[in-house]
Amino acid sequence: MSETRIVRISDDALARALGADALAAAFAKKGVEVHRTSSWGMHWLEPLVEIEGMGFGPATLDDVDAILDGSSSKAIGEIVELPFIARQQRLTFARAGQTRPTNLDDYEETGGWAGLRRARHIGSAEIIEEVLASGLRGRGGAGFPAGIKWKTVAGAAGPQKYIVCNADEGDSGTFADRMVMEGDPYALIEGMAIAGEAVGANQGYIYCRSEYPDAIRKLTEALKLCEGIIAPFRCEVRTGAGAYVCGEETSLLNSLEGKRGEVRAKPPLPALEGLFGKPTVVNNVLTLSAVPHILAEGGSAQYVALGVGRSKGTMPIQLAGNIKHGGLFETAFGITLRELIYDIGGGTESGRPVKAVQVGGPLGAYIHPDQFDIRFDYEEYAAADALIGHAGITVFDDTADMGQMARFAMEFCAVESCGKCTPCRIGSTRGVELIDRIRAGGRKADAVEVLPVMHNASKKGRLPEQDIGLLADLCETMKFGSLCALGGFTPYPVLSALKNWPEDFMPESEKVLDRNNA
Amino acid sequence: MSTKEQRVAEIVAEHAGREGPMLPILHDVQHEFGCVDGEAERVIAGALNLSRAEVHGVVSFYHDFHEKADPRPVVQICRAEACKARGVETLMAAANQAAGERVKLSTVYCLGLCSAGPSARVGDTLHARLDAASLAKVIENA
Repeated sequence: MSETRIVRISDDALARALGADALAAAFAKKGVEVHRTSSWGMHWLEPLVEIEGMGFGPATLDDVDAILDGSSSKAIGEIVELPFIARQQRLTFARAGQTRPTNLDDYEETGGWAGLRRARHIGSAEIIEEVLASGLRGRGGAGFPAGIKWKTVAGAAGPQKYIVCNADEGDSGTFADRMVMEGDPYALIEGMAIAGEAVGANQGYIYCRSEYPDAIRKLTEALKLCEGIIAPFRCEVRTGAGAYVCGEETSLLNSLEGKRGEVRAKPPLPALEGLFGKPTVVNNVLTLSAVPHILAEGGSAQYVALGVGRSKGTMPIQLAGNIKHGGLFETAFGITLRELIYDIGGGTESGRPVKAVQVGGPLGAYIHPDQFDIRFDYEEYAAADALIGHAGITVFDDTADMGQMARFAMEFCAVESCGKCTPCRIGSTRGVELIDRIRAGGRKADAVEVLPVMHNASKKGRLPEQDIGLLADLCETMKFGSLCALGGFTPYPVLSALKNWPEDFMPESEKVLDRNNA
Repeated sequence: MSTKEQRVAEIVAEHAGREGPMLPILHDVQHEFGCVDGEAERVIAGALNLSRAEVHGVVSFYHDFHEKADPRPVVQICRAEACKARGVETLMAAANQAAGERVKLSTVYCLGLCSAGPSARVGDTLHARLDAASLAKVIENA
């Protein structure tokens, strides 16, 4: 055993949740040098141990000796040659697995700060020109071109402007933001400093969810270490307080200001009247982290060459839920869902058939296996009444009850609604009741509410079909009447579940009947 | 002035120079006292020149702030879509039994461990790939 042997173990939250800390301590005790790196994103192999490029995983304490003497059965070969890594096109996650997250030397050696240096050299107008030319679109879900937002802020009047990083997008099935903040915090900070350079802002805020304690700790540490490099740009981490809706940009701004995280009506756009009423760039973690690369490359040709149509560059896709090879897979737009789930993800972890896949987090549609040839591309998803959102892919096997999942979508909206607009606040609660009623066999005439104030309410019962009609109508109201995406997009999971798996909405009594007939 | 009021006033003073100091103040108060109650709200309101109703409106909006302290240890279990797809709901009966009256179970929507659920959080320690037995153990050790 050579003395210079370095054992690399990720200190990503997911690896830590699976025992990486104890594993690292066990290796250190054996006298080898242990480096805590970011995660490669192959979550089914975490905690993953890397020695001179060779991987071992998922490793436990019992594997330590065998890994060191080379006899371990957990050997998976050379990491960069594994298909899961080799098939990717990594830009945002180019450093994943290879650098120590808050180590400044590691960052510099892998091209860090080159984008900021060049940005400072070419100046505001040209930075914006390059971001525009790159076609970079907001990775938070709406897909709005980042360059146009920056241009608006740059053109707005006022001595004080802000860069706000929305790190509060807590969509289930997505973890790319968390992995960037924990694994490559300087990339995000550099992206913010470049944005500051572009629009003339010297103050930034990273508003991070409180559910990501590791990310908050790492960002705070990183900001302290790079203070001198990004100056005169200053940046501060702020911790959210457990409200999903604060992932919506205007709620986030209210929350940062110290108010209730209620949605603001637009206009005015945050670009003109944002934080404390000042012109503000609000971008998501992945958007800002993509910027250093675009600037460093000196032009955006490489970025534009990737992707299809108006969906340019790469997207960090997150494979989650019941999937064999879950993790982070960054690739150019245009890959199909089928490739992602079966070729890359290896199908379900349970080994049962895939029943449904939710793309884009809790507000995304449930996609039926018949539609798996859909290509990853903003326009194609929109045409299929679905969302790319944050590019989280959550796989469900055939034990999933889609009626229950539709009900959960409404329940989640009811719990997390900020309460400002009626379609979202009331509609979501009524949605839960309606789905319950449909699943119970419709509203019975003898159970109709007879409150005197409800003089307009029908005194008759309703069949399940009529209640389904009402649910579809309610969804329309929420879709077009809500102020933000929470109420506006909750109908996507509900209606897609209803359309693709109507049998899961059937009353229990009828299901039994069906089974008897069969 | 009670010692608690004094301490809250100190916390407010620590953050006074920041833009939008409300959330950092509330986090610190919640962390120190396990809640942000009426007494704390009054002090914060006075110091920030707000009405108590305004402060209460903020406190009651966020899931992380509580009006009453609960001395029990808290285990947050993720019950969002990705963890549901990995069977978290089937663990809840065992979790409730392990928790009993001693431990407070609360629901969290996503800890970002979506490819290795079901997952849970105790303080700043995360646990993933849980099954009924390991979740019960997490709860017992909380």
